[in-house]
Amino acid sequence: MKITEQEVKYVADLANLQLSAEETARMAHDLDGILSHIDKLNELDVTGVEPMAQVLYDSGETDTLREDVIEPSLDNQAALANAPLSGAGQFKVPKIIER
Amino acid sequence: MDIAKLTISGIQEGLRNRQFSATELTQEALAFARGENSKTNAYLTFSEERALQTASAVDEKLSRGEAPGALAGVPIAVKDVIVTKGLRTTCGSKMLEHFIPPYDATAVQRLEAAGGVIIGKANCDEFAMGSSNENSAYGPVRNPVALDRVPGGSSGGSAAVVAQGTAAVSLGSDTGGSIRQPASFCGVVGVTPTYGRVSRYGLVAFASSLDHIGPFARNVEDAAILLQTIAGRDPKDATSAFAPVPDYRESLGKDVRGLRVGLPKEYFAHLDSESGDQIHKGIELLKQQGCEIVDVSLPHTDYAVACYYIICTAEASANLARYDGVRYTRRSAQAKTLQDMYRMTRGEGFGAECKRRIMLGTYVLSSGYYDAYYLKAQKVRSLIARDFQQAFTQVDALVTPVSPFPAFKLGEKLDDPIQMYLSDIYTITGDLAGIPCMSVPCGNTAEGLPVGMQILTRHFDESGMFRLASAFEQAGGFAV
Repeated sequence: MKITEQEVKYVADLANLQLSAEETARMAHDLDGILSHIDKLNELDVTGVEPMAQVLYDSGETDTLREDVIEPSLDNQAALANAPLSGAGQFKVPKIIER
Repeated sequence: MDIAKLTISGIQEGLRNRQFSATELTQEALAFARGENSKTNAYLTFSEERALQTASAVDEKLSRGEAPGALAGVPIAVKDVIVTKGLRTTCGSKMLEHFIPPYDATAVQRLEAAGGVIIGKANCDEFAMGSSNENSAYGPVRNPVALDRVPGGSSGGSAAVVAQGTAAVSLGSDTGGSIRQPASFCGVVGVTPTYGRVSRYGLVAFASSLDHIGPFARNVEDAAILLQTIAGRDPKDATSAFAPVPDYRESLGKDVRGLRVGLPKEYFAHLDSESGDQIHKGIELLKQQGCEIVDVSLPHTDYAVACYYIICTAEASANLARYDGVRYTRRSAQAKTLQDMYRMTRGEGFGAECKRRIMLGTYVLSSGYYDAYYLKAQKVRSLIARDFQQAFTQVDALVTPVSPFPAFKLGEKLDDPIQMYLSDIYTITGDLAGIPCMSVPCGNTAEGLPVGMQILTRHFDESGMFRLASAFEQAGGFAV
């Protein structure tokens, strides 16, 4: 096994993802299979090859930036409209710091 | 009028001749789509009010003698990963079950500005992750050609509605083949434009360096008109290109004699025999049209699936981090603490495939694995893109199969993620390189299952792609 259930739990923690015991076992199996397939890339020598993060290179770094002018944006009510819990014009979340 | 067979030009003619009004057409299209949906589950949401408003505006323009726009009255479905103001957008996920977007995607704005009538939102794999449309939280879509089979994914709903005739055209999105593979499985035209050709503003992000919006249509002309409408620079998307958009209709119906068409040998390796037969017949047709067929090689093709699943999952793990219980409608009722709110909301809201990709993406980006997986994949992506650059020094276009096999049965590959991922083996490379590519119908198997042929061209050469596709469609009698 390339990946253990312990590792799955560690990665799930990094990803903020709760998995059931059954999902954890299944995930270990699936990720193991996928990572074995991915290991195929080790057949290639990529020495000296530049990594490609974006497809199109031909525009200058600042070409795509808009003029820095104020434009209308979503108002507070529209921005909060889909929040599961909001109040006083803000998103509400569970208490983080105990008083 | 036979609503299931209407094309954009047929609709424009019908409106001009007063055969029907846009409102009548919209009412009929909505009723037809609702009726047919029990067979395929291709629509998640209908948009009656908005559709009738747009149609009425088109009718008013017509009565005033004004030009109503290139898509006037055309019934259009939009994949449910593209946001529509005031109209529910779920991304096929329970995470966004009640999400009502506060703005329109640029592509949607442009469709409606041209008089297009959005009649509903098309079902899709959850957050566009899948190759069969079986990963939607709202049930799978069935292929209208054979109801026991998948329509392909992730834009399966968008392909199915066009094949079924419940929309004249539709919008899908493609990250690793999600337009071309379902187009091929359902027997319609599907276009993935050059990366940056169409604004991604309002496309819910899956893998940002690979995501494209593109059209489905019943013929090449309609696909060209639809792309024409949505293409072009958008200041709201910094990755949308400054390249001018030519008139794609000018390239339709042109002679293709002397065009050099490359057949990359690696794309003919894993084909089943019936799909292979259809593709070879298609190549023969191109030869008869005077194309010069040239054998070429894209040597890194076999590494594409591995490369793709590192890059797309890494980007997905970052993009899907925003669904944390704070902003987007769902929050776990069990959560008491902030950390629990994140973990439980995401655990309850995402389906199996999304979780698998978030986990893989988080793993390949995690400390100690970044160089071994993510950085390596980005370098392999460069090699794959170079293969295409090299090939396009020899040929004007490439022709390949879209998928190794025709539409498979529902459930057939569901338990084996690798087999499912490999169904996109011929489409993933085009997305990695960011080049335009499309699927055009090329015949049927003995069982009547459609087979699509893929055409790929250089960056921003959609005109060349449409030219070849249109000649092929005419020569093969595939045009609707």
